[in-house]
Amino acid sequence: MLVFLLRRLMQSGVVLLVMSLLVFVGVYAIGNPVDILINPESDQAEIDRTMAALGLDKPFWLQYLIFLRQALGGDFGNSFVHGTSAMQLIIHRMPATLELAVAALLIAVLLGIPLGLWAGLRPESRSGRAIMGLSILGFSLPTFWVGLMLIMLFSVQLGWLPSNGRGTVTEVMGFPASFLTWDGLKHLLMPAFNLALFKISLVIRLTRAGTQEALLQDYVRFARAKGLSSARIVGVHVLKNILIPIVTVIGLEFGSLIAFAVVTESIFAWPGMGKLLIESINLLDRPVVVAYLLTVVSLFVLINFVVDILYSLLDPRIRLQNQAN
Amino acid sequence: MKKILEVFSHSRIEQVALLVLVLLVLGALAAPFISPQNPYDLAQLNIQDGRLPPGSTASLSEGVQRYWLGSDDQGRDMFSAILYGLRISLTVGVSSTLLALVFGLSLGLLAGYFGGRLDTLIMRLADIQLSFPAILIALVLLAVLGQGVGKIITALFAVQWAYYARTTRSAALVERRKEYIEAARLLGLSTPRILFRHLLPNCLPPVIVVAALQVAAAISLEATLSFLGIGLPITEPSLGLLISNGFQYLLVGMYWISFFPGIALVLLIVSINLVADRLRDVLNPRLQKQ
Amino acid sequence: MNMSVQPPILDVRNLQTHFFTSKGVARAVDDVSFSLQAGEILGLVGESGSGKSMTGLSILGLVDAPGEIVGGQILFKGEDLLTMAPERLRSLRGNRMAMIFQDPMMTLNPVLRIDTQMIETLQAHQDISRAAGNDRALEVLGEVGIPSPAERLRAYPHQFSGGMRQRVAIAIALLNRPDLIIADEPTTALDVTIQSQILALVQTLCRERQTSLIWITHDLSVVAGLADRVAVMYAGKIVESGAVEATLNHPLHPYTQGLLGAIPALHERGRPLHLIPGNTPSLVNLPAGCAFADRCPHVHAACAVSPPVFVADEPGQRHTVSCWLRHLAPDAAPQ
Repeated sequence: MLVFLLRRLMQSGVVLLVMSLLVFVGVYAIGNPVDILINPESDQAEIDRTMAALGLDKPFWLQYLIFLRQALGGDFGNSFVHGTSAMQLIIHRMPATLELAVAALLIAVLLGIPLGLWAGLRPESRSGRAIMGLSILGFSLPTFWVGLMLIMLFSVQLGWLPSNGRGTVTEVMGFPASFLTWDGLKHLLMPAFNLALFKISLVIRLTRAGTQEALLQDYVRFARAKGLSSARIVGVHVLKNILIPIVTVIGLEFGSLIAFAVVTESIFAWPGMGKLLIESINLLDRPVVVAYLLTVVSLFVLINFVVDILYSLLDPRIRLQNQAN
Repeated sequence: MKKILEVFSHSRIEQVALLVLVLLVLGALAAPFISPQNPYDLAQLNIQDGRLPPGSTASLSEGVQRYWLGSDDQGRDMFSAILYGLRISLTVGVSSTLLALVFGLSLGLLAGYFGGRLDTLIMRLADIQLSFPAILIALVLLAVLGQGVGKIITALFAVQWAYYARTTRSAALVERRKEYIEAARLLGLSTPRILFRHLLPNCLPPVIVVAALQVAAAISLEATLSFLGIGLPITEPSLGLLISNGFQYLLVGMYWISFFPGIALVLLIVSINLVADRLRDVLNPRLQKQ
Repeated sequence: MNMSVQPPILDVRNLQTHFFTSKGVARAVDDVSFSLQAGEILGLVGESGSGKSMTGLSILGLVDAPGEIVGGQILFKGEDLLTMAPERLRSLRGNRMAMIFQDPMMTLNPVLRIDTQMIETLQAHQDISRAAGNDRALEVLGEVGIPSPAERLRAYPHQFSGGMRQRVAIAIALLNRPDLIIADEPTTALDVTIQSQILALVQTLCRERQTSLIWITHDLSVVAGLADRVAVMYAGKIVESGAVEATLNHPLHPYTQGLLGAIPALHERGRPLHLIPGNTPSLVNLPAGCAFADRCPHVHAACAVSPPVFVADEPGQRHTVSCWLRHLAPDAAPQ
């Protein structure tokens, strides 16, 4: 187990290093670093000072090491626009994005698993086919377009749901959250559903395929021979078996939810870090962009790492093998 | 041609998809000839015709008698704008896919044929890249590169190449063990000749299917990025940019400026997906025999 | 012993289970009839594809699409299983009649603990607390010879060997003290030494509590030591059935003779084994006559017409065979 952990940890480290190099090369080497990193409104003296401070006169590899050291300390410089630490800005916006992503994940699971089970149990039925048709649409329709259609229908035409912002927020353990107030919930519903759309389709497919495969297994036949009710067979015997791969995939998808939140946050004016990224790109606020990219990449690597460990904890077969070793 | 129609004769939905796709592509190609107005010639626009709902009669704009799909805030005929937007969306999607196809295919062939360190290096790179969502990769690149047609093509290229490399490699791994490659080697043919004349054609079918699906994904991603304002510049109004322009008006009930380009985009993406799906069945040799 | 007076536990009459495939209708079980008394052990013998497993599954109502029971009656203690409400059938399954499957590696759910899988079987049929269920599970695990059952109850299936898993499956079948157990080749996937242990275990347990048993196997030698009666299936039909002694000592059907000839005998070393030529026929589009005709050493013009069942009663026991030879030369049974 320890060997496994260490190896995964090292792999994660390598991926992080590669990504940091990519961002570094992109921001520092391809563009003119002076343009990118120094406020265009500063005078020559300030430019020289900043260049010296950033070490742009030093050789390339040394610059990268300095960048790396500062990045490890969470120091990406100050935002040109807001004047405060770029990392602080990201951290400030992160709870909103996380709330949105978690809500989307919940929706994907709560809708996707029952629908997938249904379609898996009745693959030939009209309802089963309809569910699969919807999941194909969910895969191929551009998320932002569906978001627009949702706004058009529920905000503009029907006036049921608000189209932007987080609504009333309350503090939960020091973080602002929308889901505890009715108003906040109404604001959360549509963006979360929009973000979840792709994942719902994914969960439906996984669950359906898993169910169909599980139904052919001998243990299901044996469970029927034991006289168990179909509710127990599907709800315990089948579900518990297919849940392991589904949980793994859903866990891995959490990172991509955060990445895709960029789109949803922009449509629904959700004040998360994705919206901040787009604003920063448009305003050429490079320190914030760099801070965002490296934060999300780190989150990604962290999630992959945690899911790997979770997977080995979830499956009794793997779990006990590890104990034995 | 007859064969193509035969292939599509099984399913009504796929027939419709093929028809829609052909119409959209023809419309995009013929945009300058069939659109009532050149939407980017400012002389042809009249600001007084701005934001007219679908079906309105034109007052002053040249060429346009009636705005069947309404007009945008500049008095631009939406139907014309959509035809021109389709041109741009298709150009960006197809060209980035072709570039990535050539690059990924070559790397995949090399990796599959030679194996060893080269294979490990290429595939590791592809694996790392594929573990991140496409949109994140594109965001990194666009944040670094800035806006522009060339830049978004670069970003879409970077997002796609790994799919082709991986698909080609797995096909090449299977093919290189077959006798005809051995025979070609014994004949003393040069390595490039073996790679491109013998190995390549046999690895092509699965890659073509992936590419067909990827065109739709690339168009969708470009539209998304342009909608966010970080894709194409305002001078190259793709469908995504048109939708983005109409977004503020959608909130106040003037739906058509966003809605119709959106419908065009969705029709394009869904029809490509359906046709690509059919293509997969046709090119799959295992299914073909049945 | 006068068993014929009591009503049978199980009475299968003209059972027909068909598979509706794209290639045609496969008659997996074609007009099968037999009955079973309380405490009786029946060996159901045949090659793979003969319909013996499907007969067992039909009795428990576990035939999956595209299979379907299209005709006949299955009377279990006088009640027809084929016409009763699904809920009633479920309440009998795993309760009054239980089944053990071939591969113990596959029949236990890999992600559920043994105690869960045992207690749910009890709770599906009786109002019983977890604690009481746990006690009953412990008791039965002990009966099937699982060492330190209290500890093993908390384990997952993959922590058991194949033989131990099959014991657990048997324990699950025994939990509700059923009147009938159907065992579908439960020893085929196991090592030879474990096979005989399991065989002895099931035999003892069934004899002790007068449980009827249908033992489905392809191996006649297993049946010889275990069963009271034997029924031989070929291509969906029972071709011969009777008391074990009589049937194995004086087989009437050429197929049964062929099966017996294929068993290596310990005392006759060097005797050539008689293999039955050819393969089991496809169940789709079976020829009109006897399905065994093209593999039969005694094939005859009459075999183009499907043979009826002939009764060749021997003292005290019914012995039936479905072969024209019996009719054409009733006294000269071939060697």
